[in-house]
Amino acid sequence: MQEIAVESQPLTQLTYGLVEVQDLSVCFTDKSQNINTVVDKINFTVEPGSFVCLLGPSGCGKSTVLNTIAGFIKPTKGKILVDEQAVTKPGADRGFVFQQYSLLPWKTVFQNVEFGLRIKGIAKAKRQELVAEYLNRVGLYNRRDSFPHQLSGGMKQRASIVRALINSPSVLLMDEPFSALDAQTRHMMQELLMEIWQDFKTTVIFVTHDIEEAVLLGDRILVMGVNPGHIKEDIAIDLKRPRHIDDTLTPEFIQISRQVLATIREETLKSMEC
Amino acid sequence: MWQFLCAIQFQFFINFNFLPTPIEVVKASWEFFHDDPWVHFQSSILRVLLGYAIASFLGIILGILIGAWQKVDDFLSPPLELLRPIPAVAWIPLAILMFPTAEAGMIFITFVGGFFPVLISTIKGVESTINDTVLVRVGQCLGAKSWHIFKDIVIPGALPSIASGLVIGMGNAWFCLVTAEILAGRYGVGYITWESYVTSNYPPIVMGILLIGLMGALSSWAVSRLTSALMPWRSIKKQDT
Repeated sequence: MQEIAVESQPLTQLTYGLVEVQDLSVCFTDKSQNINTVVDKINFTVEPGSFVCLLGPSGCGKSTVLNTIAGFIKPTKGKILVDEQAVTKPGADRGFVFQQYSLLPWKTVFQNVEFGLRIKGIAKAKRQELVAEYLNRVGLYNRRDSFPHQLSGGMKQRASIVRALINSPSVLLMDEPFSALDAQTRHMMQELLMEIWQDFKTTVIFVTHDIEEAVLLGDRILVMGVNPGHIKEDIAIDLKRPRHIDDTLTPEFIQISRQVLATIREETLKSMEC
Repeated sequence: MWQFLCAIQFQFFINFNFLPTPIEVVKASWEFFHDDPWVHFQSSILRVLLGYAIASFLGIILGILIGAWQKVDDFLSPPLELLRPIPAVAWIPLAILMFPTAEAGMIFITFVGGFFPVLISTIKGVESTINDTVLVRVGQCLGAKSWHIFKDIVIPGALPSIASGLVIGMGNAWFCLVTAEILAGRYGVGYITWESYVTSNYPPIVMGILLIGLMGALSSWAVSRLTSALMPWRSIKKQDT
């Protein structure tokens, strides 16, 4: 833990990061030509600098929404605007942290984090300076020459987060990034993410199925329902910041979690029926 | 055991009565090594290495193109698949007709042996990395265009597969040496093996076989060491380590 909290001055301040999802529907056609509607008529706006959690049972299409914002999937209907620009394909303005460990196995930690800057054509000296700064921020500078297979799960995800952030994205999209970690590491990563987010003020859209995680991290939770995927409820979380893992034990926290749980349970039951 | 089976002229399903004994083989080897063997080694090694180098180069380039682009695949795969099952020995008459010198024909036949394993492994490796959604998406959301995705993701991702094709290809190039050196006039380890068979001088055949096996094993080992050095990120663990 102490290796993480190295320095906490803001590295960059972002004044952009508006995400608008307008009337989004995504359908897939399966082998027997049946049209499968994964998500239907989704509308929401994420204010610059805010932290929004997409929460829902499996199969509600929350990852699909995230993948559409990233540009990996094309909307069947509707559109997505990031800073008023329509999303047509993936790009470095939307950083993505994947659920699985997604560092390139053949690059060291340093080279992985540097990759986005190299693509942009930034000079070597500048790249080295920036990567060192970002790696320091998450306590990975000492491991810069390690290959991903030599790292723990938490270290890999820390590297993935800075790999996305170093490109100064308008929005950071996170797809259940901590779900593969053990509980202790997960808590540590959640606190680290909140610290980083407070420094950078990047817009974050965070997909999770973990209620506690959503309530702890989010300014707002969009609870999704199933058949087809839709936004069921938009819950503002007014708990004061900075938040810490032991806030999860306070009565207010538990009360909000209860409220979210009730909504989710209904949808989970529905998703189990079919 | 081999000596013993020869001594008793063992003859039940497998016949040992015409087989040269180990002592005869050692004697033949002794004579071979005392009579300027290097010219034979040199010509064989040169043929195999040249054929293999061309096979690796073309196999990797064509494999990448076929693995990455459907149009190239449609255009090149059918003829290549047609040629692939043809055994090296069947190429001999054509090699004689096609090439100006016997040397070039021999290099061509070792090339045939090495080419297909490299080609197929490269195709499969490239195909599977291109279809690894997460890795390709990682590149895309870092702003990578096709060139960077290709150079930094597809090629390194296919490298383990290419490496195994190179190791198999090396073995196959040696495998085809005896066939190739049927064309040889004077020198070569494969030539000695074939020539001894033609002249019914059996001990050198066994010696030739063993020498080819040895050189094949050594060079495959060298290839696998070299390719591992290219992939420092890979740590190979086995069940018992």
